[in-house]
Amino acid sequence: MSSADSMNTAVAEAGRRDAEWVAAAPGVAAAVHVALRDVARVFPPRGTQPALHALGPIDLDLIKGEFFAVVGPSGCGKSTLLDIIAGLVPPSSGQATFEGRPVLGQVPDGVGVVFQEDASFPWLTVFDNIAFGLRERKRPEAEIKEAVDYAVGFMGLSDFSGAYPAQLSGGMRQRVCIARTLVMKPRLILLDEPFGALDQQTRLLMGDELLRLWRETGATILLITHALDEAAMLADRIGVMSSRPGTFLEIIRTGWSRERDSTIVSQESFGRLTSRMWTLLREQSIRSIGYAKGHA
Amino acid sequence: MSKIGLVRTAAIVLPVGALELLCRFGTISPITIIPPSEMVRSLYFILLAGQYQADITATLSNVLVSIVAAMLAGLIVATLLESLPAIRRIFDPLFATYYSVPIYAFYPLMIVLFGLGDLPQIAIGFLLAVMAVIINTLNGLDRVPQVLIKVSRVHRLSYLKIALQVRLPSAAPYIFTGFKLAVAYSFVGIIGAEFITSSRGIGYQISYAYNNFDNRLMYPLILLVLVVVTTVNMSLYVWEQHLLARRRT
Repeated sequence: MSSADSMNTAVAEAGRRDAEWVAAAPGVAAAVHVALRDVARVFPPRGTQPALHALGPIDLDLIKGEFFAVVGPSGCGKSTLLDIIAGLVPPSSGQATFEGRPVLGQVPDGVGVVFQEDASFPWLTVFDNIAFGLRERKRPEAEIKEAVDYAVGFMGLSDFSGAYPAQLSGGMRQRVCIARTLVMKPRLILLDEPFGALDQQTRLLMGDELLRLWRETGATILLITHALDEAAMLADRIGVMSSRPGTFLEIIRTGWSRERDSTIVSQESFGRLTSRMWTLLREQSIRSIGYAKGHA
Repeated sequence: MSKIGLVRTAAIVLPVGALELLCRFGTISPITIIPPSEMVRSLYFILLAGQYQADITATLSNVLVSIVAAMLAGLIVATLLESLPAIRRIFDPLFATYYSVPIYAFYPLMIVLFGLGDLPQIAIGFLLAVMAVIINTLNGLDRVPQVLIKVSRVHRLSYLKIALQVRLPSAAPYIFTGFKLAVAYSFVGIIGAEFITSSRGIGYQISYAYNNFDNRLMYPLILLVLVVVTTVNMSLYVWEQHLLARRRT
């Protein structure tokens, strides 16, 4: 067995142990919501570019109702991992399942995704952007209005309901995208660095709102982020990824209660968490940006 | 009026005023050009008399058919080509050279195919206009952010719905440019074709007047074409600016 295989086996076992832990945690249901088994992604050669092994093999169980964050160096395959779970790209090998059913070829019903880039539709108003998915599901217009009005207020966009995305700041546009996802009441929310465009204060407040929503909806959340403090504040568990091809170096349990908010950033254990992550990531990050080992 | 508006107005009024003076003082003979004011006056009486109503209606309706057909066909072809990259790679170089082909050279073929009615003119207008829509639509579709396609897939939209609700609206500014060009090319194609063999239409009447040295008919009709084309294009321009204003930061 290669060292990579033994590492993945160990990670899989750690994942299952964590699943047992999460199941035992108060307010968290026991069922495995998303399961990845030996999932890897290799991008085929393109022109003069050789094939690129971007991710895996990875084993992971996301427990129903948990908040799982993934951190890792640039280019380690975090977003590819999210795309595979969402059904946006197929794994080159292995299998992803959502609610026990394989994720094949299309995004499963009940999955919502917020992307890193601005994904608002520039030709639609804030209201119409948020209502987009509900209208696709042919929900009654009164129900749409009620849901969108609530989301608009909740996201602090009440004064901009009739505005177009170009009239909003980057952070406000991202809030539109988050609202568009949340009004669909997804059971699994995949967030690909959703707060990357926001300033630090807004990120903390949005984090609080996200935690509140997570508690209210009971949704499972997978958050991809560069920000170690964001992962430490929001998640029940944090998967720390290696440089490309990304595998989990360690899955860290934060041990926060479900009722947490951004005030935990002042706790001593918060500092220990981010310090632990950085210890794991430092060498990986140096490797991913191409520094010679001697410079580390 | 803004400074730019003043300059724009001056750019039209000054040459027209100069032409008026040159014609009125006999520097330019009325056999060559009649004064612009005379063109306007004659056009007013032509329109009032309704003498050329049938020709004007024929030209404008043929242009309309040609534009609508070019827009629809251009959108459909571009959307299909965008989804079939292998086919597109074959046709891309041909698109680049399309406008080097003298479409009017195919007029005899058009008559053989479509007879002597309006269809050959419409076909010429269509052939000139459709490629502008295809090229600009493809250009716009190439620039649709991939994240919007991902969002569509997350909302489980069908291929057709992604095309209609996301790809085409996202590419709208480019498509609009294609439509504006299609309008201009349709006028060029149809009025040009009417010059060649048609027996009605504004182009035919301009040609007839030219052959009979009838400047009091020829120039007003040319002015009419100018006014119609400019009005249509300016209206499209205003509409386009209104739509683009929503996307400007």
